[in-house]
Amino acid sequence: MLQGKAWLFGDDISTDHIAPGRLFHLRSNLPELAKHVLEDARSEFAGEMSAGDFVVGGRNFGLGSSREHAPTIIKLAGVSAVVAKSFARIFFRNAINVGLPVVICDTDRIKEHDKLEVDLAAGVLRNVTRGYEESFPALPPVMTAILQEGGLVPYVQKHGDLEI
Amino acid sequence: MPMTITEKILARHAGGDEVRPGQLIEAKVDVALANDVTAPIAIAEFEKLGVERVFDVDRVILVPDHFTPNKDIKSAQQTKMMRNFARRQGLTNYFEQGRVGIEHVLLPEQGLVLPGDLVVGADSHTCTYGALGAFATGVGSTDLAAAMATGKAWFKVPESIKLVYYGTPGPWVEGKDLILYTIGKLGVDGALYQAMEMTGEAIDRLPMYGRFTMANMVIEAGAKNGIIAPDDATLDYVRPRARRDYEILMSDADADYAYVMEIDVARVKPQVAFPPLPENSRDVETAVNAGIAVDQVVVGSCTNGRIEDLRQAARVMAGRKVAPYVRMIILPGTQEIFLQAMKEGLVETFVNAGAVFSTPTCGPCLGGHMGILAAGERAIATTNRNFVGRMGHPDSEVYLSNPAVAAASAVMGRIASPEELGLTPD
Repeated sequence: MLQGKAWLFGDDISTDHIAPGRLFHLRSNLPELAKHVLEDARSEFAGEMSAGDFVVGGRNFGLGSSREHAPTIIKLAGVSAVVAKSFARIFFRNAINVGLPVVICDTDRIKEHDKLEVDLAAGVLRNVTRGYEESFPALPPVMTAILQEGGLVPYVQKHGDLEI
Repeated sequence: MPMTITEKILARHAGGDEVRPGQLIEAKVDVALANDVTAPIAIAEFEKLGVERVFDVDRVILVPDHFTPNKDIKSAQQTKMMRNFARRQGLTNYFEQGRVGIEHVLLPEQGLVLPGDLVVGADSHTCTYGALGAFATGVGSTDLAAAMATGKAWFKVPESIKLVYYGTPGPWVEGKDLILYTIGKLGVDGALYQAMEMTGEAIDRLPMYGRFTMANMVIEAGAKNGIIAPDDATLDYVRPRARRDYEILMSDADADYAYVMEIDVARVKPQVAFPPLPENSRDVETAVNAGIAVDQVVVGSCTNGRIEDLRQAARVMAGRKVAPYVRMIILPGTQEIFLQAMKEGLVETFVNAGAVFSTPTCGPCLGGHMGILAAGERAIATTNRNFVGRMGHPDSEVYLSNPAVAAASAVMGRIASPEELGLTPD
């Protein structure tokens, strides 16, 4: 069970908001880059969030570049999952591959700093502060397995190959 | 079962006769591509997989184009890692600085991607190759590492939307304007997970450079891939370049689409996409009337860095000057284009106008180097993204346009139409 508080980001949060090119001098030092995660969307986020917190987006979270740095530094910052109404497809795929849980469900009723619980296996998001639950579709089995191993590379290391 | 061109290419590479939208497949890839931003991570992940050799030394392609010529020590270290990997593996398609071009201009030019191919690239604009009738899509570094090792990748078969462009375009309307207009209609997530199949008489008449521009930007509508069926223009482009076989595939007439959208290109004016999203496209007149002063103009990128793009910008700049206190930066897509621009006198035109003419690089498009914006500055660029902070400071702004509009804006020092300079189109 993932637990933490919600940080709201709106629609169309781009990979440039998450990991801008101007900070790419840090790209070989991802823990340092992670200190700037989502800085161009909310400058206070990286400094004030706690491990386990959730990034809550609207539509089309992660649009733009294929840079894997984007989901990687969200994970490195200690975010337990990104919850959004929809995701850009490359970001979604990268998130699974680097072991960052991504949850697709309605986010309109979530308010800033609401306490959330997410059960990935059951496909349930519980808003503890407001006292309601949202269900979300479970990922295909292969993606769930990749997430459980912590990403695609640990998965292939353990299982030897990728079978659909 | 009738299929779209996208479904046919995926089915061929999955080793079956047919695939259906929504199906998860494992497919062989013809080309696996990475650049100096994404390759270092892919190489590190590849090495963790415990695989000795890449699946094919001719088909794993490394293009150091983003922060090159090496911008700083970090960039130098990243390209060194690529270079060492390319040497160790004996890759035949590693492009050293001085021979490198912008990946999505370079690979088609060198005949390395061909009709019917399935291409994965660790760069979101890999979708450019759809202009050749290939299935091409962007992936992350980890997916690319797996493809480098196995020659395979998994895909969810996308449903296709069919965009039918009809009519005759008006003056100064290019592929860039058609795709910005389309993104304006669809929105930045309007084609999420879908294939954008672009067809119709206006596409039939659109030269290859305009088709590359259109396929390049389908990602800005969220699409998985964009595709244009090969025709005589495609074959004229491909034949002198191809060094291996390729397959011409077409959509069946009765193939299924999520929907069909018709676009009358006669109604499309030159477009300017306002920050911070490519979907904010408006007629150039709207931008002109708003009196938007610019500090910088960029012509180039994987979207508009081809010789025809430079010719259009040069035609506007000929005998004119970049406005005082405005920087204009021209970035040819490849060394071949650089040379051609020299032969045609375009470089002289640009330098006489007071513009910077650069070696090929992605450079400022992603806020890397070679023209970064300060706080409060504004650029008009022929690039593909105008997100917050894309070209530099988070408080700077980027407007997107075609090369002639960008050049006219350089002359006027504000967003302008070439018609304001008394120019008539070719």
